[in-house]
Amino acid sequence: MNIFSANSSANSLFQKIEQVRRRRSKVHDTNITLAHGSGGKAMRDLIDDIFVSNFDNPILSQLEDQATFNLTSLMQQGDRLAFTTDSYVVDPLFFPGSDIGELAVNGTINDLAVSGAKPLYLTCSVILEEGLPIETLRRVANSMQAAAKKADIQIVTGDTKVVHRGAADKLFINTTGIGVIRPGVAISAHNIQPKDVVIINGELGNHGTAILIARGELALETDIESDCQPLHDLVETILDICPEIHAMRDATRGGLATVLNEFALSSNVAIRVNEQSIPIREQVKGVCEILGLDPLYLANEGKLVVVVGRENADKVLSAMQSHPAGKNSCIIGEVISSPPGIVLLKTIFGAERIVDMLVGDQLPRIC
Amino acid sequence: MKYVDEFRDPHKAEALLWQIEKLCPILEKPIKIMEVCGGHTHSIFKYGIEEVLPKAIELIHGPGCPVCVMPKGRLDDVIAISQNPNVIFATFGDAMRVPGSKTSLLQAKAQGADIRMLYSPLDSLKIAKDNPDKEVVFFALGFETTAPSTAFTILQAAAENINNFSMFCNHVLVIPALQALLDNPDLQLDGFIGPGHVSMVIGTDPYQFISRQYHKPIVISGFEPLDILQSIWMLLQQLVDNRCEVENQYNRLVEKAGNKVAIAAMNKVFEVRETFDWRGLGDIPDSGFKIRSEYAQFDAEHKFTIPNLKVADHKACQCGEILKGVLKPWQCKVFGTACTPETPIGTCMVSSEGACAAYYKYGRFSQVVKERETGKERVKV
Amino acid sequence: MCLGIPGQIIEITDANNKLAIVDIGGVKRQVNITCIIDEQHPPENCIGEWVLVHVGFAMNRINEKEAAETLRLLQEIAEVMSTG
Repeated sequence: MNIFSANSSANSLFQKIEQVRRRRSKVHDTNITLAHGSGGKAMRDLIDDIFVSNFDNPILSQLEDQATFNLTSLMQQGDRLAFTTDSYVVDPLFFPGSDIGELAVNGTINDLAVSGAKPLYLTCSVILEEGLPIETLRRVANSMQAAAKKADIQIVTGDTKVVHRGAADKLFINTTGIGVIRPGVAISAHNIQPKDVVIINGELGNHGTAILIARGELALETDIESDCQPLHDLVETILDICPEIHAMRDATRGGLATVLNEFALSSNVAIRVNEQSIPIREQVKGVCEILGLDPLYLANEGKLVVVVGRENADKVLSAMQSHPAGKNSCIIGEVISSPPGIVLLKTIFGAERIVDMLVGDQLPRIC
Repeated sequence: MKYVDEFRDPHKAEALLWQIEKLCPILEKPIKIMEVCGGHTHSIFKYGIEEVLPKAIELIHGPGCPVCVMPKGRLDDVIAISQNPNVIFATFGDAMRVPGSKTSLLQAKAQGADIRMLYSPLDSLKIAKDNPDKEVVFFALGFETTAPSTAFTILQAAAENINNFSMFCNHVLVIPALQALLDNPDLQLDGFIGPGHVSMVIGTDPYQFISRQYHKPIVISGFEPLDILQSIWMLLQQLVDNRCEVENQYNRLVEKAGNKVAIAAMNKVFEVRETFDWRGLGDIPDSGFKIRSEYAQFDAEHKFTIPNLKVADHKACQCGEILKGVLKPWQCKVFGTACTPETPIGTCMVSSEGACAAYYKYGRFSQVVKERETGKERVKV
Repeated sequence: MCLGIPGQIIEITDANNKLAIVDIGGVKRQVNITCIIDEQHPPENCIGEWVLVHVGFAMNRINEKEAAETLRLLQEIAEVMSTG
């Protein structure tokens, strides 16, 4: 016998309670507390209010411990999966041109895209420092959703942890992504051959400079914004016109110099880039001159380095230039056979010098 | 950028190289030129200037990196101050990676010291005002270019009566270092490229002894590629004419008497140390500044107990020979093998403008090419 | 040694404390202008002037005439090279 049937007024009260208990709740706190990571009601409310309602999609709203998706539909889109993960710990959380949320979505999209994959699903794990304003988290989640929507991908599962004040810096995000690679595409840093051409999709160093300035310690003022943008649509445009791309990577931390060094080492070739062809904004040059930094090592969050056979260079370049994320694309260098594993820069005199891997962080210098 | 881009124009560079090439055969012998200043070393490598110069011209990279010449003992003092729990230690980024006898500021920061990297010493005054219960110490280093900024910062701290602020003064002086180099019997140089920004402060007169006593030509030079090429050309002209004078290529910034306001501020705040220990070069008399006793309350050497020990340079390291221009970086036994930018033994490898680091970063390729051309044994890259 | 970069003074922010804003390739920073002013040359005369900036200080004025003269000389030898 149903216990609620004994008394009809009690029955309706219990039903009301039950309705309230199941209702999606709002978070009423102003700051994150340890309760928001404890696994209880406060955590569920937080997840519901901030993430589930925001990222709203049928896979996530199942609220299982995992996201599940149909293999058949994936297999219709390609013959291999691409799978990647990245953590975002940028400080400050909000900076000119972007924020940690958009960065966490676009960064993982780009890591998938440079394999030639179409990005489909992302996870979102957050580590929150006790005391973080809920409003900050909401802003970041909104920004993640906006980025996901713009890129036409879904955030399908996630995790929330709260740590004691001081055990983490405000907010860390990890996103893991899955994408599908279309048949016939074989992009790898090992595929580069002499006579290949190196193309970049626009000016370098904007993100790294924007972050450096946003920290405020150097008291410099510019209107440089982060170049944070998703690159998968640009990659798709490139692959539509030329599936035989040899290598492709997004130049993030360590900048163009690091990507080129990785390419040269992986394929055992030399890469020679032309200083005068490398697009860099005047203000970025200014910051570099003031602080003694090299723009080739500055971080980017929307820059694609493409290596392609000479015979395909023109059509790839014009396809890139026709795309909004590649308007300022240009050829910056070429691949040669020797000295293997070395990146060379042709300076404005026509002299050459080595562009090496960065040892540590680039530090501002006075001398 | 105005006053920058014009002085990097490749067409004019080509013209200067053409002039330089015309003078080389007249001299009938290889020419050794020392660029004293690390800033010049940096530009030379960054633009690949050595590679485009005629083979008859050899550039020797001098001791003009104030970070490189800082002895280990002084760095140990710096680290000891920074590890004081009540101290916020402020520094230029250059000094972060320089190893003392055991550790560096970067490692001290990782171990919990509050170390901030700043662009200007003036910014450290703001930190002092914002943190009245902390002692803020600034690591003042550099040649005469940077010394005025330390002096002005101390004068401002005095004017504003900021009591929780001091500077650890390690300013070094170019002229006594040049004198020490010129007194070295191993040194075989035909002329000097003089430090442009130091000269902007001290003027050109202090270099007269180089031409008068040591009969060497010197050209004060700017830092852009055209400046350096023009200075080399001017030096060669002096050699061809058998002249040895102090010439000024950088006259858009350097005046004969220097900057009077800056000199007055330095004289007010600093006095010359009896001697200062330079890494690789040893003790050089009258070669550093210390803060005058009138400003002792802003002198970290007075405010803090420091180890103040002299620590000998690493035995395998030949930084001293390199700073004197007796050895090229790649001729050092440990260059590129035991001593790399990741694991520097000597400070020439630490600072990005140290001769060894610059060679490692930018110069290895041209060295390989040069060795191949001359048929000598190839250096290990 | 001694990284310095040319910039143009665009605004005096605090004449008493001798502070001004310089523009370096579109980047703005507050600098101390003590080294480039005296009784004959008060702060307000500095606006528009080009200076060399080092660690937050305008260390010296750039002599525009001398700079132009250096470039003129270099241009001349470049022309001689082209015609020769």
